[in-house]
Amino acid sequence: MIAHDEPRARPAAADLNWGLGHRRTLLSAALTVVAGAMTVAAMVPLLSVLAMLIYRGGQRLTPQLFLALPPAAGMEGGGVGNALVGTLLMVAIATALSVPFGVLAAVFLAEFGPETRLAGAVRFVAKVLSGLPSVLAGLFAYAAVVLATGTYSALAGGAALAVLMLPTVLLTAEQALKAVPRRMREAAVGMGCTPTQAVWHVVLPAALPGVLTGVMLAVARAAGETAPLLFTALFSDYWLTRNPMSPTPSLAVLIFDFSSSPFRNQVEVAWAASLVLVALVMLTNVAARTWAARSAPK
Amino acid sequence: MTRPDPTGTLARPPTRFDKWADRSFRGLAATSAALAVLLVVGIVAQIAGQAEPAVREYGVDFLTTSKWDPSGKKFGVLPQIAGTLYSSVLGVALGSLFGVTVAIVLTQDFLPPRLEAVAKGVVELLSAVPSVVYGLWGIFVVIPALRPLANAAHETFGALPIFGTRLSGPGLLPAAFVLAIMVLPTVTAISRDALAAVPGKLREAAFGLGATRWEAIVKVVLPTASRGIFGAIVLAFGRAVGETMALAMLLGNSNSFSWSLFAPGTTLATLMANQWPESGAVEKGALMYAGLVLLGITLLINSVGTLILRRTVRVEEAHQ
Amino acid sequence: MSQAEALAAPPALYTPHAAPRATDAAVELRLKSLHYGDFRAVRDVNLTIRRNAVTALIGPSGCGKSTVLRCINRMNDLVRGFRLDGEVRFRGRDIYDKAVDPVAVRRAIGMVFQQPNPFAMSVARNVTFGLKLNGVRDHLNERVEQALRGAALWDEVKDHLNKSALSLSGGQQQRLCIARAIATQPEVILMDEPCSAIDPIATLKIEELMTALKAKYTIVIVTHNLQQARRVADDTAFLYVDRSAGGRTGYLVESGPTAEFFANPREKPTQDYVAGAFG
Repeated sequence: MIAHDEPRARPAAADLNWGLGHRRTLLSAALTVVAGAMTVAAMVPLLSVLAMLIYRGGQRLTPQLFLALPPAAGMEGGGVGNALVGTLLMVAIATALSVPFGVLAAVFLAEFGPETRLAGAVRFVAKVLSGLPSVLAGLFAYAAVVLATGTYSALAGGAALAVLMLPTVLLTAEQALKAVPRRMREAAVGMGCTPTQAVWHVVLPAALPGVLTGVMLAVARAAGETAPLLFTALFSDYWLTRNPMSPTPSLAVLIFDFSSSPFRNQVEVAWAASLVLVALVMLTNVAARTWAARSAPK
Repeated sequence: MTRPDPTGTLARPPTRFDKWADRSFRGLAATSAALAVLLVVGIVAQIAGQAEPAVREYGVDFLTTSKWDPSGKKFGVLPQIAGTLYSSVLGVALGSLFGVTVAIVLTQDFLPPRLEAVAKGVVELLSAVPSVVYGLWGIFVVIPALRPLANAAHETFGALPIFGTRLSGPGLLPAAFVLAIMVLPTVTAISRDALAAVPGKLREAAFGLGATRWEAIVKVVLPTASRGIFGAIVLAFGRAVGETMALAMLLGNSNSFSWSLFAPGTTLATLMANQWPESGAVEKGALMYAGLVLLGITLLINSVGTLILRRTVRVEEAHQ
Repeated sequence: MSQAEALAAPPALYTPHAAPRATDAAVELRLKSLHYGDFRAVRDVNLTIRRNAVTALIGPSGCGKSTVLRCINRMNDLVRGFRLDGEVRFRGRDIYDKAVDPVAVRRAIGMVFQQPNPFAMSVARNVTFGLKLNGVRDHLNERVEQALRGAALWDEVKDHLNKSALSLSGGQQQRLCIARAIATQPEVILMDEPCSAIDPIATLKIEELMTALKAKYTIVIVTHNLQQARRVADDTAFLYVDRSAGGRTGYLVESGPTAEFFANPREKPTQDYVAGAFG
């Protein structure tokens, strides 16, 4: 038992002073310093990447970069024109395939059957898809498109990227639709809208900023994907032809190919291509996030 | 003109077109939802279908042998499976250590709100850099920076298996290092949610008992959020297992497994990326089989991670 | 009438409603019970809503008056697990009959909500929304003006018809919602505590509006404000909460012409409620 009335020394007021002399305080302060240092360290790679892109890629940032074809081994000059066009084309195909499909499925999830068994299955599947290794999306598009059409193509590349975009588009669109205030839905239904008219005229327009944010985030991710394109679009050293059913170049595959090149010029072009790609991805990404932040409070 | 109506109302029942449009649009939405489910079934079926001849040919030996010999038509992915797990464990361990620390710093009132928002944005941008660009950066920045350190470690501690070789170029350490950077945003984002969900009154209670800030974090906040943080780490592991390009560029292409941090290695995903362009029909079948194995591993890991996180949400709901 | 004549003559936008008769019922409620899942929210409401009159539903919070109101245009269909036992007769039919399309019911019976909820469109498009929905595409400008005048909002917004409806004040937004509802000239307008989210001056305007609107429309209003019911309603119905079975089930205590209702309440709960509310 503890004797409460045991005489003890009167605590000094100085005990309340803050000071590193206390062991516990010292430990706490030390941990704060370590955690702070680790946080700063976690930011260093991004700064390093950006610095290298500007330093090494910036040197080649001339009009020629966008207008010329990739340099062959041992050649000087050259650019990434065809790869940029190819990336844009394949991302456009992927957007056209994934967005209507993903938004319609999201409308089902948020509006028509939120508590159905199908909706539960779709949400689970979307989570599975968002964890799908991109290389497997490539294998799938190879089997489903390349083998079926008999050729590597922009279409196959777009299909692979669409698989990767779908979960982002679907899940963000569902969130955006759910965030539309109930009273807007009630106003529409109370006016005598059919469920479709309510979605089409009122709910979807109100959710549009959120839906587009999701699309832009998905686009930013798809533009940088490389692995699936190795299995579906391959590469080409030439400008795109009218025929979309032929191997198609992309910035990402160009960077991969040139990264291990023994020729200094090709490595420089890889850095310049990275700069272009990262600028493309980050601008889309930052624009999407800023827009989402601005249209959120309502 | 609207027809005169004894009741004087302009209201009309929905037209046949309205009803038709309603039915069609709902049908279309439900079909899209069903197709999303079918897509996953299709992905599994396509990859399994392509892998089937190889599965028949090589069976379980494929998982337990170590030879990748297209000309001799002998295929085994044991080094790839081991390499996938080894590199992922290293990358995720390092990434989680930093990722959870950053999440703590971002949620426990260490920074003024504005700086907190900036730091959060920087971490999110880390995930926006394409894998292939990290690979390029790894080749020209990380490998040269690590090489002298690695070789010094080898000279001094070479007797230990993990320092058993020199780092001559691509190798496990730079690959794991870049992998850590790539999974950090995933760990931070999900852990941050878990930490932010810890009720403020728990922390206040700890402070009220005289705990220092870190005592409150370590003894109260982290244990409460541990399930969510664990889920974050599992999902990050799922990402790391499937990561392809950065590893294909930094790991080398060795087809053998080594415990040494400085030796080149291989994973299932990099095997596919490296071998595909030059592969013939038979090897493509074997690569599809490797893809099927990877699919199985990631589905397993991601299901576990999702279940863990779903359970945390339920527990939180039950507390309210 | 030929096309040319139709355009030359001033548009006959409003054909007068049938002359009001005291006994003419617009809606008849015969509700046995309303459930949300296992929860029985309301029982035993038998109420006749007279044409071209204002009927007020009053009662303490939780008595189910909004739930009853939302039965009249089947808004409760949006709530999962809602079940209705009984019938709601409108135009001589039970609107809960399987053959009845709830969308058609909601077009004939307009609604104004507690929170002003204009669409994020221009003022004019908010008003034309319902017209277009019902296939009315002629004389839209005149109809917008008529509806906005009808809602006593025209003078305030006539110069900003293309401004976003969300830029209006709360009271203006609520009157815009009334204009939106009357643009299609529904037979009945349901108002769910339309003044609870707006200031006293705007409240006064909307009360005056109700009195003016009943010449053309049948109005049912839910209010927690007894003075408001007294000022605007021709008939008043009082709902109360029955806690006897351990539940919280609302039921109709009594209803009648407003003056009589307040002067001589017949039932004990009504007497207490009216007396309590007036001190």
